Amino acid sequence: MRAAPENGTDAQVDLYEYQGRDLFEKHGLPVLSGGVATTPTEARAIAERLGERVVVKAQVKVGGRGKAGGVKLAEGADEAQARATDILGMDIKGHTVHKVMVTVTADIVEEYYLSYLLDRANRTFLCIASVAGGMDIEAVAAETPEKVAKISIDANRGVDEAKAREIVAAARFPVDVAGQIETIARQLWVAFVKEDATLVEVNPLAKTADGTVLCLDAKVTFDANADFRQPEHEAYVDQAAVDPLEQAAKAKDLNYVKLDGEVGIIGNGAGLVMSTLDVVAYAGQEYGGVKPANFLDIGGGASADVMANGLEIVLSDPAVRSVFVNVFGGITACDEVANGVVQALALLKERGEDVSKPLVVRLDGNNAEAGRAILDGAANPLVQRVDTMDGAARRAAELAAR
Amino acid sequence: MAIWLTKDSKVVVQGMTGSEGMKHTRRMLASGTQIVGGVNPRKAGTRVDVDGTDVPVFGSVAEAMKETGADVSVVFVPPAFCKGAVVEAIDAGIGLCVVITEGIPVHDTAAFWAHNNAAGNRTRIIGPNCPGIISPGAANAGIIPADITGAGRIGLVSKSGTLTYQLMYELRDFGFSSAVGIGGDPVIGTTHIDALAAFQDDPETEAVVMIGEIGGDAEERAADFIKQYVTKPVVGYIAGFTAPPGKTMGHAGAIISGSSGTAEAKKTALEAAGVKVGKTPTETANLMREVMRGLG
Repeated sequence: MRAAPENGTDAQVDLYEYQGRDLFEKHGLPVLSGGVATTPTEARAIAERLGERVVVKAQVKVGGRGKAGGVKLAEGADEAQARATDILGMDIKGHTVHKVMVTVTADIVEEYYLSYLLDRANRTFLCIASVAGGMDIEAVAAETPEKVAKISIDANRGVDEAKAREIVAAARFPVDVAGQIETIARQLWVAFVKEDATLVEVNPLAKTADGTVLCLDAKVTFDANADFRQPEHEAYVDQAAVDPLEQAAKAKDLNYVKLDGEVGIIGNGAGLVMSTLDVVAYAGQEYGGVKPANFLDIGGGASADVMANGLEIVLSDPAVRSVFVNVFGGITACDEVANGVVQALALLKERGEDVSKPLVVRLDGNNAEAGRAILDGAANPLVQRVDTMDGAARRAAELAAR
Repeated sequence: MAIWLTKDSKVVVQGMTGSEGMKHTRRMLASGTQIVGGVNPRKAGTRVDVDGTDVPVFGSVAEAMKETGADVSVVFVPPAFCKGAVVEAIDAGIGLCVVITEGIPVHDTAAFWAHNNAAGNRTRIIGPNCPGIISPGAANAGIIPADITGAGRIGLVSKSGTLTYQLMYELRDFGFSSAVGIGGDPVIGTTHIDALAAFQDDPETEAVVMIGEIGGDAEERAADFIKQYVTKPVVGYIAGFTAPPGKTMGHAGAIISGSSGTAEAKKTALEAAGVKVGKTPTETANLMREVMRGLG
């Protein structure tokens, strides 16, 4: 049952620094005052509003921007505008800077760590907290596990006053910041729940010279299944970074992931398609190392339209040299799938698409005999019928290797 | 006898009057399942004719249980309302709740799971995002096609729906005691371990097929469990050997992050527990074939 279309790529959203800041600010968490600018004039306006010394930071999803000259201090609005002019349009490790974040400066004296995440194994949520922040928490956990506290959170009870105190005590946060961190822990939990996140991470959670605790950098992962009630999450997806074929597939509600091989894959059911990728990769070892070109799950009802959309996406990948359509008819009847394949090829020709790559079709299960007869009857020279999954995978790999 | 679902099970369908609910209620009835009612508060008191069977619609799971003695519910409610539906089934104290719905936010699943724990775990939850459970020839709670094969002595537990069908089909000459699709979401109510424990205790099950996929460490924990507690032969299959890290392959749970959750790690763990792991579904079926022949 496909109650909601899902997409293979939007489950994890890597936010820009300013997006994390904005998101936290929205939920009342203490962050550096500031804003984001796409032009030097906008940067100037933000600096004027802040009215003090500011830092102008390139917004790129890559490390090392400081060394590359993407982070600059500015005394006042004129300088902020000048620094924004320098930074906007810069190339940092292949990433063009389109936005800068302008914030007040912070004099950091200590760095901590705080996060909430899904704990699959225990089917609940987990808080991870540490006084050793500012670095990779996995490295801290590996080298000094005693510095990393893990506190289980009941999904329904959440983080109340008592739980927040438990977190602070478990992580042994210093007494002078305990109160502030208890409040942050409770606010961060609210953000985690309200945003349908599977991860919210504050690193560093910083104590400044005046004793204030601030959330300086955020990492957030959203649950794609909650998109129906989180319409604003779509804005966080970095369209420029999404593969164009994946984008086209998403527009058609297809569950497609681009891979780097030569054999196009279409199947029904996530598990079966994953298995198909494996079987093709094994077969490819005998044929010059050809590999699957994509993951595409067309789900339960494989109508001609869905099949045509799927084939169109897969065939438009220039790397694809053959296509393997692997369907097990459970609820879906194979004769309908066979009709879908035949009609889809005709439909694509009508649309003027280039349909010249060979297709290997394997149908098994519900009404398989009828489906195979339809394929044979259509006698499309591009379509080859092979009745076992392993055999069909070998044939598709062989065709791709030619 | 099978596990969890038998010919005596009385099934109510939450969301029966929706299109998916109705389609599969029809199929469950056709395969001989005792469907004793549907649940829809807006249509309480009405009756639905499902291919000649008169099925009453109740306002709540509790009412359906009181009136019919229902002990299983199957949930087809859309994702936005699923948490409420499952919490209702838990509060009514139903023994088995099979959640078919795909696309439930994980916060909702974690919430109904925590609710079930707080209520004392009276309800076995299967799913969400799963094909359900079938005990061929006895009853079918979910969407697994009942005509793939009949009753037999193999048990099957799987994260994936279509791979369940594929393996049942490949082993159709042997048949199955029960086949359980536990679903591919990050949080699920019934795990591989739960099913393995039940199959181990089921006198009608002689061997078990276990199908896993990338993501999480459920298969590794199942391997530990097998090593300690399972004396019946287990044959395994893992999907996703060639899946790249960081990409979700359809199932929200099927994502490799960091170094954990790879198919290779799962295969190694299972083999260390004495499980024969097939490279492809067909090879896996052949391994089970040998096991069953060996058992005579």
